[in-house]
Order: sequence, then C-alpha cells, then structure tokens
Amino acid sequence: MTMLEDSPAQSTGSTAQDSSTETKPRPKARRPFRWVLRGVVLAIIGWATGVALAIAIRGGSPTDEIVVIVAYVFALIGWLAGVGGIEAFGRQWIGKKPQVNTDPSWGRYFGFSIDHKVIGIQYGVTLIAVLLIGGLAAMIMRIELASPGVGVVDLDDFNKIVSMHGILMVAVAVAGVLGAFGNYVVPIQVGAQDMAFPRINALAFWLLPPVAVGLLGAPLLGSFNAGWTAYAPLSVVNESGQILFNMAIITFGLVSILGAINIIVTVITMRAKGLTWGRLPIFTWAAFSTSLLAFTVTQFFAGALVLVTMDRVVGTSFFAPEVGTSLLYQHIFWFYSHPAVYIMVIPGFGVILELTTTFARKPLFAYKAVVAAFLGIVGLSVVVWAHHMFTSGMADFLHGPFMILTEAISIPTGIIFLSMIGTLWQGALWFRTPLVMAFGWLFNFLIGGITGIFLADIATDIHLHDTYFVVAHFHYTIVGGAIFALLAASFYWFPKITGRMYNEKLGTLFAIWVTVAFNLTFIPLFWAGMNGMNRRIGDYPDAYAGANRFASFAALILGASFLLFVWNMLYSAIRGPKAGPNPWNARTLEWLISSPPPTHNFVKEPVVVGAPYDYGVEGSVHAYFKDPDPAAPPEPTTEDVSAEVQDEALAESQEEVS
Amino acid sequence: MTTEAAPLDTSHDATHEEWHQDTSFQPRANVLGLWLFIISEVFLFSAFLAARFYTTGTDRPDDLNQNLALAVTIVLLISSVSAYLAETSIKFNNRRGFIISLGITLLMGMIFMGGVTFELREAALHFPPETPYGSSYFMLIGLHAFHVVTGLIALLIVFVLGVRGFFGSTNSWGVEGAVKYWHFVDLAWVFIYPTLYLL
Repeated sequence: MTMLEDSPAQSTGSTAQDSSTETKPRPKARRPFRWVLRGVVLAIIGWATGVALAIAIRGGSPTDEIVVIVAYVFALIGWLAGVGGIEAFGRQWIGKKPQVNTDPSWGRYFGFSIDHKVIGIQYGVTLIAVLLIGGLAAMIMRIELASPGVGVVDLDDFNKIVSMHGILMVAVAVAGVLGAFGNYVVPIQVGAQDMAFPRINALAFWLLPPVAVGLLGAPLLGSFNAGWTAYAPLSVVNESGQILFNMAIITFGLVSILGAINIIVTVITMRAKGLTWGRLPIFTWAAFSTSLLAFTVTQFFAGALVLVTMDRVVGTSFFAPEVGTSLLYQHIFWFYSHPAVYIMVIPGFGVILELTTTFARKPLFAYKAVVAAFLGIVGLSVVVWAHHMFTSGMADFLHGPFMILTEAISIPTGIIFLSMIGTLWQGALWFRTPLVMAFGWLFNFLIGGITGIFLADIATDIHLHDTYFVVAHFHYTIVGGAIFALLAASFYWFPKITGRMYNEKLGTLFAIWVTVAFNLTFIPLFWAGMNGMNRRIGDYPDAYAGANRFASFAALILGASFLLFVWNMLYSAIRGPKAGPNPWNARTLEWLISSPPPTHNFVKEPVVVGAPYDYGVEGSVHAYFKDPDPAAPPEPTTEDVSAEVQDEALAESQEEVS
Repeated sequence: MTTEAAPLDTSHDATHEEWHQDTSFQPRANVLGLWLFIISEVFLFSAFLAARFYTTGTDRPDDLNQNLALAVTIVLLISSVSAYLAETSIKFNNRRGFIISLGITLLMGMIFMGGVTFELREAALHFPPETPYGSSYFMLIGLHAFHVVTGLIALLIVFVLGVRGFFGSTNSWGVEGAVKYWHFVDLAWVFIYPTLYLL
C-alpha cells in the first residue's frame, strides 16, 4: 500500500516528469475515416429511401415537411448503422456477439469507440467546433448591431442568425461540460473502468453530428427564425427549416437523456470500494445531480417540439389561435428550458469548486452543504418555469408563487458561492490558468445572479422583459457560468487528457482577456436594456447607438480571444511539454493514474479510504491501489507500464522515471 | 485488434477487453438503466397528458367507439399477463412455455394495433385532428402506438432469438428488458384510455 503524500503547491509547477515509454512508435491508422464515410453513405441512402417512400405513399415534393421528417429519420438510422451501430447493436439482435471499434491508433476518434475517454474527447472537440460556429453567428449579429439601421444582414436574416446562434450555444452549454468532462472524468473519479453502458455512450455521441448537420443544414429549407425557444405559433407557420430544427433538437434530447442515464447508473453501480456518497468528488456530484434533471425534463422540450411538428404536419391545432393556445407551448417548453439552465451551470459549479479546492490547497468548504445545494437546485428548478411568462398572460394567481420560488433558488446558489469563497479564504492560492478562469467565473456569475433577481421580481420584470437586460443577464449566467467553467475545465484537465501541459502564459493571458472582453461586451447591454432596447431585432433607435457600438467592438475582441484558446490547445496538445501524471498535486482518482490514462483505467483496484479534498491535512489519504491478492492467480505484470506510473504518481516523487 | 507496437495508452487493451466481458455488475446496471429510461418516458407521456387537459379539460365527444376501445384495452392488459408468463418461463428454463407465451403476447399486441388503426380511421371522420379534442386524441394515440410498435419490434427480436434457442435461465436479460418495456407500454395505456374515453 502506497500513501499519497500531500505536498504543498509548487510555484514552478511540475512539468518535467513522465514515463519514458513515449518513444514507442504509435500504431498507424488504417483507413481511419471508413466508419464515418460508411455512415455518410448510408445516411444519404437513407435520406433518398425516405424521400422515395414518403413520396410514393403521399406524393409531394422532396422539400415537403412530412417528406423531410421521414427522410431525416431514415438518414439518422442509416448514419447510426453506418458509423458502427450494425456491429455494436445490430449483431446482437440476430444473436451474435457485438463488436466495437478497438482501433488503437488516432483513428479511434473517428469510429464507434466505446472507451469513455475517447467519447469525452469526441464530445469536447465537436462542441468546441460548434461553439466557434455559434460564435461566428454572434460576430455577425454584433456587426449588424454596431450601428442603427439595417446594415450587413436584413432583418429577417438577422432573426435567423439569432436563432442559429441561440440554439448552437444552448447545445454547447447543455452538453459541453457534461458531455466532454462528464464522460471523461466521472468514471475515473468513481474508480470505474468505463461507463455502465459503453455502447449506449458511443451511440449518444454519434447522435450529435446529425444534430449539428440538421441545424446547420436548416438554411437549405429556409432556416428558422423563431429563436432557440421556437415559440409557437410562429414556429408553426414559419419556413420549413423549422422542421429540421425540431428533428435535430429531438435528437439532441435523446443525446442528453441517454448520456444522463449513463452517468446516473455509473455513479450508482460502479463506485470503487470505499467510495461512499460522502466521499464522492464534487464534480461527480454535480454531474450526477445534473443528470437527474437532464434525464427527466428533457422530454418536455422534445414533447413541445413534437406538438409543433404535429401542428405543422398532421394538422392538429394545439397552438392555432382559434382553438388552441400558445401558452401551452410556453408552459411545456419552459418546464424543460428553465431547468435546462441548471443543466448548463451545475456541472460548471462542480468544475469550479473542484479546481478551487485544488488551487487553494484547502479542503472544500461546506462539502455537505454544497451537495445539498445541488440537490436543492434540482428540486427547485422544476417549479420555477413560469417566471419566463410573467408578461405572457397566464393566470394572475400564478405570479406570486413563481416569483417567490424563483427567488428561493438563490439560497442554494448562494451556498455554492459561500463554499467557493470559504475555500479561497486564507488558502495558499496557486495562480494557474484554471484558477484565473475561476475568478472570472466568480465575478461573472455574481453579476448574472444579482441581475436575475430583477427578472424574477414581477414589478421589474414587466419593464425589463424582452429587453437587452435579459440578454445580458443570461449571457452572464450561461457564458459566465457554463462556458467559463467549460474553458476552466479544459485547462484544468488538459494535462490529464493529452499528457502535455498547455502554455501557462498564453493560458493566463487568455483567461484575463476573455474575462475583460466579456464584461466590456455585456455591461453596456444592461444599460441599453434598462432603457428599453428590444432584443431579437436587428435595428434600434439612435439613442442606443453608443452602447451598441461599444459592445460590438468589445464583442469582436472577445471573439478574437478564442483564436488564442484554440491555438494554445492545438499547439500544446502536439508540442507541449510532458505534464506528468499529477501536475496540480490533486487528490482525486483521475490524478493518481498516468496522463493520458491507459485504456484500462485502473490496473490495480482503487480503494477509497478518505475524503477527496483534505489538502494540507496531516496523513490524510483519499485512495490507494490495492496490490493483487497473492493467493489469486498472478496477473500479467511484466509490461505493466501503467501500474508503475500509478505507483510513481502515488509516491509523488520528482525523480526521473527513465 | 492488433497488439504489436501498442503505445502506452492502449497497452491494456487485453485486460480491458476481459473487463468488458466480465459482466458481474451489469444486471444491476441494466435494470437500473431501464427503469430510468421508463421514468424518462413517463415525463414525455405526462407532458402530452398535461397538454390534453390544458387544451380541452375533460371534454370528450359522444361518438367515441367505446366498445372497441374497451376490447383493445382488455387485449392489451391480457398481453401483459402473457408477457409476464414468458419472462417467468424462461427464468425456469421452460423454453416451450416461453415461446408460446411470447407468441400470444405478440399476437395480442398486433390485434391491439389493428384495433387502434381501425379506430383512428373512424375517429378521423368524427373528430378530425383539427378539432381540439381530435388534436389530443391523435397525439396521445399516436404516441402510444409508436411505443407499442417499438415494443412489438423488441418482442419480435426476442421471439426470433428465442426460437433459435438464444435465451436460457442464465441468459434472460433480453427477455426481461423487452417484457418490462411492454409492461410500461401497457401501463401508459392504463392512463391514456381513461383520459381519452372515460373522463
């Protein structure tokens, strides 16, 4: 049994050590794109089949909405079958053993790999790409808004770009931290070798590219201009791109639900020996709590969009003004979409607390209260949805209760703030990029939280509703809370995932740059909103020109900062110095194995014996690796590189391994 | 899978493959995962039920085909019993009983679908989807029918595999999962039938 010593943070960082085995030649990728290609071919065949079938039965043209729906479903099935579903699931349905992609080369990132670490990276890279595309849409919007009047895009196109920006960013915020780091980190933190359902995990990821293609392909059918909220009745009568939006988002709901169920089952059934609920790392708690929300309420967004689709295609009249009511859409939609903001930020809370305690070199303040706060947010978040509808004309008696419940949610959120500040208090702060990002997060989310109270209050909300105040508020919470946490997590786990260290100077520069530019962009919008500037319109009165010109200029600086981020990530992943297994001297299980972790996460069984964050507590141990039972048959240990690395990590020695 | 020249991060593929084969934790995970999926589905159905009550309250037209609805309801409820018998039979390694019970379940599921299809054609004449009640009716029946069809496909796969002798008392998760899902489809109808026909 080896003990983990808790050494104080070293200001130089430890980037020198790692194993010498890197010199081994990496296996060459053989036809790495064949799975994706097969998927694309089968998707095209599926689309054609769907079109032919639908036209044969009902007639019409290939751009009719019912035809598009049938074609989309067929194409989706074709795509999933092509990328590896035939081998992973289809074979089992005819009684054969399923096969999965075990390609050891980099080609595994383009196949139906069931390794949760591969899937986490797949999510991360896909969603960062979507983030950048959504960011480009935002740049176009800000250029259009730089001056009053109609400029680079006309007003209808502006609405379409707003909608596209909104839904792409919502997708990134919902799936970003949970998809990338929830998949990568949670199984390792609980001491598991993989997720509970590895094949379903892969299936969930491979449902994501059709979502992106569906949304980005919607302009072919006239795009969608109803906002990411897709409010009926506009979404019932607008152009056919809305149908692709609906199908893509229903698919995205499936991604969310399957991923969430996987995380819940993994955390419940696969925790290592001794890893009680009270010893669970806080990020795992956050992912678990989020999943509790995601796997239930997500159905409501899908449900709302199914109703819209029925109204468009079957001719039902849920939202038709004469017989139905568009309030129904808003109730069902917000029953998902308010909890969705907590699906976005609770993983962010987890990330920020996780790295705060690591870089403050102190135990996490009020661990149990934080867990209670997570679960409290999960519970409260499903009973506050109607605060989005104070001006929608719902029954008056609903206003008061929803206002009070909404404001009650600031209690658990406040606990999380207190925990972070209590952890930082008198800590030996080790300023590395993740902590700098965390400070940015703290500032942003504080502003986001405080401005939220004005929107929860009916009196002020009636004035501020649908103004840029709302826009600035939710960007402070979603970008400040979820995207900043995604970026902080990217830096924090970068050495673990790639085995290399990012450039610290560029990282810190980026963290400061993005925080300052973000605040410069959105602070003026509070002012514009308070003075009545309407959101979702590409034009505005001259009175708001100054604030908007300033915001647009700052937004371009904000957008440019991401080039630095992408450069730092890409260059460091290839050329960065070796990071070693535990550059942060952190204690949770993922830092006790090599970087990057081997396919089989734990060669020796991890046994958890203590709390995860007792930094600075004499003689405290979170986990050790059990040596194989001598009575049991000997395990093949001759080439156990990773076992050695694990021991090295445990010993925390600064000696050269080679 | 080739093992020569394996790099650091894949040198334990063999161990990892073995771990994937060792499914000692899997039964518990499977059952939990299926239950979570069913809870998730409950939320979808509840969204649609809420929509029905929100738009039309408890109104319903007089010209519903009550007799046919009652008949298909009885058929579906009985099919759950035979599905349960199939699951129990395979747990006791009674393959013949399993095949017969599952066949009866499949047959009843198809009768139910036939009845529902007939009913939908009739309903389209009396209360088309454009009417408020028609909207809820077609939506709920359609959603449920979709689940019945997927359940039937799952049962059909299990049936074909069962005929080929794939399942046994130690290998019955496929049967258990499909049957649990079928029970859920049945349970959903227990809520939808009174919502549309009785209230």
